[in-house]
Order: sequence, then structure tokens, then C-alpha cells
Amino acid sequence: MNIFVCIKQVPDTETKIVPSQDGQFIETNSIKWIMNPYDEFAVEQALQVKTANSGSTVTVVRVGKVHDTEALRTALAMGADEAILVEAEDNLDSYMTAKALKGGIEKSGKNPDIVFTGKQAIDDDCLQVPQLLAQMMDIPSVSVIVGFEQNGDKLTLKREIEGGALEIYETQSPVIVACNKGLNTPRYASLPGIMKAKRKPLAKHSLADVGVSNDDRRVHYSNFSLPPEKPPGKTFDATDEAKQADVVKEVVQLLRNEAKVI
Amino acid sequence: MANILVLTELSGNNVKPVTLEILGKLQGHNLEVASLGELGGESVEQLAKFGAAKVHSLKGEGLDKYSPEGHAQAYKSFIESQSYDYIFAGATSQGKDLIPRLAGIFNAGMASEVTNFTMEGEQFSGTRPLFAGKCLAKVEIKGPKPHFVTVRPNSLGLVEDPQSGQAEQSSADVNVGSIRAVIKEIVKGASEKLDLTEANIIISGGRAMKNSDNFKILHELADTVGATVGASRAAVDSGYAEHSMQVGQTGKTVSPSLYIACGISGAIQHLAGMRTSKVIVAINTDPDAPIFTKADYGIVGDLFTIVPLLNEELKKVLEK
Repeated sequence: MNIFVCIKQVPDTETKIVPSQDGQFIETNSIKWIMNPYDEFAVEQALQVKTANSGSTVTVVRVGKVHDTEALRTALAMGADEAILVEAEDNLDSYMTAKALKGGIEKSGKNPDIVFTGKQAIDDDCLQVPQLLAQMMDIPSVSVIVGFEQNGDKLTLKREIEGGALEIYETQSPVIVACNKGLNTPRYASLPGIMKAKRKPLAKHSLADVGVSNDDRRVHYSNFSLPPEKPPGKTFDATDEAKQADVVKEVVQLLRNEAKVI
Repeated sequence: MANILVLTELSGNNVKPVTLEILGKLQGHNLEVASLGELGGESVEQLAKFGAAKVHSLKGEGLDKYSPEGHAQAYKSFIESQSYDYIFAGATSQGKDLIPRLAGIFNAGMASEVTNFTMEGEQFSGTRPLFAGKCLAKVEIKGPKPHFVTVRPNSLGLVEDPQSGQAEQSSADVNVGSIRAVIKEIVKGASEKLDLTEANIIISGGRAMKNSDNFKILHELADTVGATVGASRAAVDSGYAEHSMQVGQTGKTVSPSLYIACGISGAIQHLAGMRTSKVIVAINTDPDAPIFTKADYGIVGDLFTIVPLLNEELKKVLEK
């Protein structure tokens, strides 16, 4: 099988985000970059499918800028076979990203059987790319996947919806599978894996190479700003057991009469 | 004045509140609503009250179960027979999955999960949180119309005095096309409560809950006030709670009226996911926990004694 994984490099979840001076994006200089956490589940699932289907290859594709860390190398170290990087700024919109990913996949010369992605990137939180890519490739997509089973040609996918309920889909390849936390436990890259990754092929293309131009931009962002800070609230000391009942009573009264939420 | 279609999901015979939030915000524009399947009379009245001039029920083979392809194709065949400037929907599980595919069919731009917006003439300008709410940005859409927008539930609020009106009802047959990924079964979640993203009150537990059994006291409190129970990443990663309960950057971003954080220290990625809650109560033994910087009411104390006391007091006040 030709298995593809689309990954994104995003600021670490502990990052304090600072808007850039001109408000057009964020300061990216001192950021620690990581593989988008949901994409780790996608890479792991791809590797498991590869193991179950001998003769398969896993190709990881990323659109973005090269920073000091490289999520593609991490994926190769985990066990992916080859990587494709479409070099671009970090602030492409979802439409451009999906189109660039499609172009990158086509550059491999392989017809994808399954394309794994994370269910969303934790930077722009748009949740658009898997569905857009599926539409552009004219194949189905199933998103927020917490269960994946393959039985011959048949794929059974569990999609999580509101309240933890599950929609169970049946489908066949080719398909896009957008992965959620809970699907599997991503492996760590082993030391030999890291050494081997350095010799694995990494093809690079420009946006122009894959047919994407600024005319493809559909969404324009500006005025990046920090959310307004709340004024400091009231704090009550209830470490002393004798005071606890009174504190709780007071807070409940405040919730009812001041905040009016109860 | 813009021509706007609002897509609504049905839950039973009712429309989701987010549909009414969107309509209320867009009053004064030419507003129409479409659903896949029949809307009950009461729903139509409600939609009309919030400003819908026309309500379209779309029918076609294979639309009884959700599929991104089938639903997108069905809406496409209706939308292209009309001329809308904007298509709006709630950022629900279904909306988040369906609208990008639909936008893709039209090669059109989409603003995901805005928390506020303006529509002046035909010009949309939205505000949306990025990095799970660590920062905000203005979002505008360019390129071919219609433009697509999803709105986060609970963020606009309902207008208080909706203009009452009449809505013209119509039904149309739509072409669904082939559906290649089909729902075979739906398995209900453990909780019948509202999803975290739609809940009005959330009670969340962190690492200090110590184990999954202890979440019982949070569920008891939740039952008293009609809340949904959430959890921090630390609690989920320690196996105390399901991932579907996780609030934060790698979980759900929520904005309830009341958020009660129990034994949650307040890692930056958790704060990002809940900071837009209208009122925040934090219970923690550590007076220096970062969660207290975001709390309207902070209680320094042991959650295992405070939460049951809170439950008793609320029961009294609510006369339960």
C-alpha cells in the first residue's frame, strides 16, 4: 500500500504566544517547534498499517518553513520511509495548505491508498485541511478517528462526536483518515531510527513547483493580539477546616447574586 | 445587505441553539435557513422569530445518516441553484467536518469557528482565537463566493428581543451522489449530558483527583447544577478520564457561563482552552497555582472537602 501522512510543525503547547510587531502573525524567533501532537497519532497509525501490509511504504509530507527542528526527520526516525517538504511560509491558509499537500503527494508519483492526518493543527485550529484535501483529491474523508481496523479491503473507522459518542464508518481505500488522541500510543524514535533517518530521502519542492500561488489565498488574517486579561478575582482561604463551610457559602452567594450564573 | 444561508442540524425536531445565535447576530440581512430533513413547525416559528425569512427542508436518498460527502453534495446542489453571499453554520462536530468539504466544492474560503463577527453591507469580518485561544486575530475571506463561516457555540449569545416574523417554508429535492464512507452504527457516549463545547456549566478535574473513581464527586456536583464534567490533560494522560473530556489545546476549547476547576494547577495549554469562560471558579490547595490568576473566585483548599460542601450548599440554594 502507498501510505501517506501529512504533518505540520507547530509551536510547542507550552509556548507563550506573542503577536508580531505589525500584527500580521506571531513572533516565531524563539519558539520551540514540535510535530503537531495529533499528527503523531497519524504517523503511528501509518506505521502500524505498513507493518500489517507487507510491501507498503510510508511517505510523510509537510508544508512549511524549515526551522531548527524538523518534524519530517522525527517521522522518518519513527519509521517512515521517505519525506516530502513543500517549502512555504508558516502562515498559509487551509486552502493553500491542502492544495500544496496534494501537489506534494502527486510529486511522489505514487497513488495514495490511505492518507493519514491529525484531526487538526493546534496552531490555527481551523480543522479544514483533511476535508479540503479529500475534496480536492475526490476521495472520502473521515475525521476525529479514535479507532482504525483493516479487514482485507474493508476499513472500519470510529469517529468521535459530541459527548464521546462514536460514529462507526465502513469504507475502502483510497481515503483520508484524520486522527484523534486515543487512537494509539505513538512510539518514540529509537537511536538507530534517528541515525537511519539521516540517510532517508527527503525531497524538497517550492510552492510554485506544486502549482500554488498567492492567488490561492482564501483567508486573510490580521490584527493578531493577546486576549484581554481579566481583572484579578477574589481569593478565599479555606485551608482551615473551620472556615470551609463559610467560604463555600459565600462563593455560592457570589455565583448567584454577583456573577448570576447559578 | 447580504444574502445569507444558515445551515442547521436537527436534534430530534429542534434546531441547535447556535443556529439562533447566528440568526440573531445577522438580523437585518436577507436570512434563509436550510436543513437536511423536515423541520418541525415549532422550529420554523423559532427560526422566524430570530429573523429567518425562508426555511428550506432538503430531501434526498441516503441523507438520514451523516456523511461528509453526501451532506456536502446535497447542500451543494441546493446552494448552486440560489445566489448566496455567505453560508453560515455552527462549529459543532458535524459543522466542523462538513463545512470545509462544502467550501472545497466551491473552491471557496472559509473562516473556522469565529467567536464574533461583523457584517457590514456584504463585508464579513470575524474574530477568531488561534493557538487554542492564546491569541486572537481578525479574519477576512477572499476569492469566489459564497464564503463560508462556522461560529463557535455559546460565543455570540442569544439576542434578547428577537423580532418576531413569519418564515416562508419550502422543500426541495437534492442530488446526493455517491457516498463512499458510510455510517454503519452509532455508539452512544457514556454521558447523556451536553457536550463540553456546548455546555453552559463545566466542572473539571485535574491531576489532584488522584484516580478515576474520585471523579464521582464531580459528577454529583454536575448533576446538581446541570453541568458537564471535563478534565485536564494531566488527568487524561494519567488515565483518570477519557480524552473526550479533555479541555485545553490538545482537547476541547470551551466557553461556558461557569467553569469550576478542581485540583487543576493551570498549565498554559489548559488555560488557553477555558479562559473565555464567563465565570471561573478554581479550587486548589496550592495558593500559587497559575489557575488562580484566571479565576474570578478562587478557593484555596482541598477539593475533596470543598466539592462536597459546594454540592450541599448548591442543593440548598437550588432547593433540590
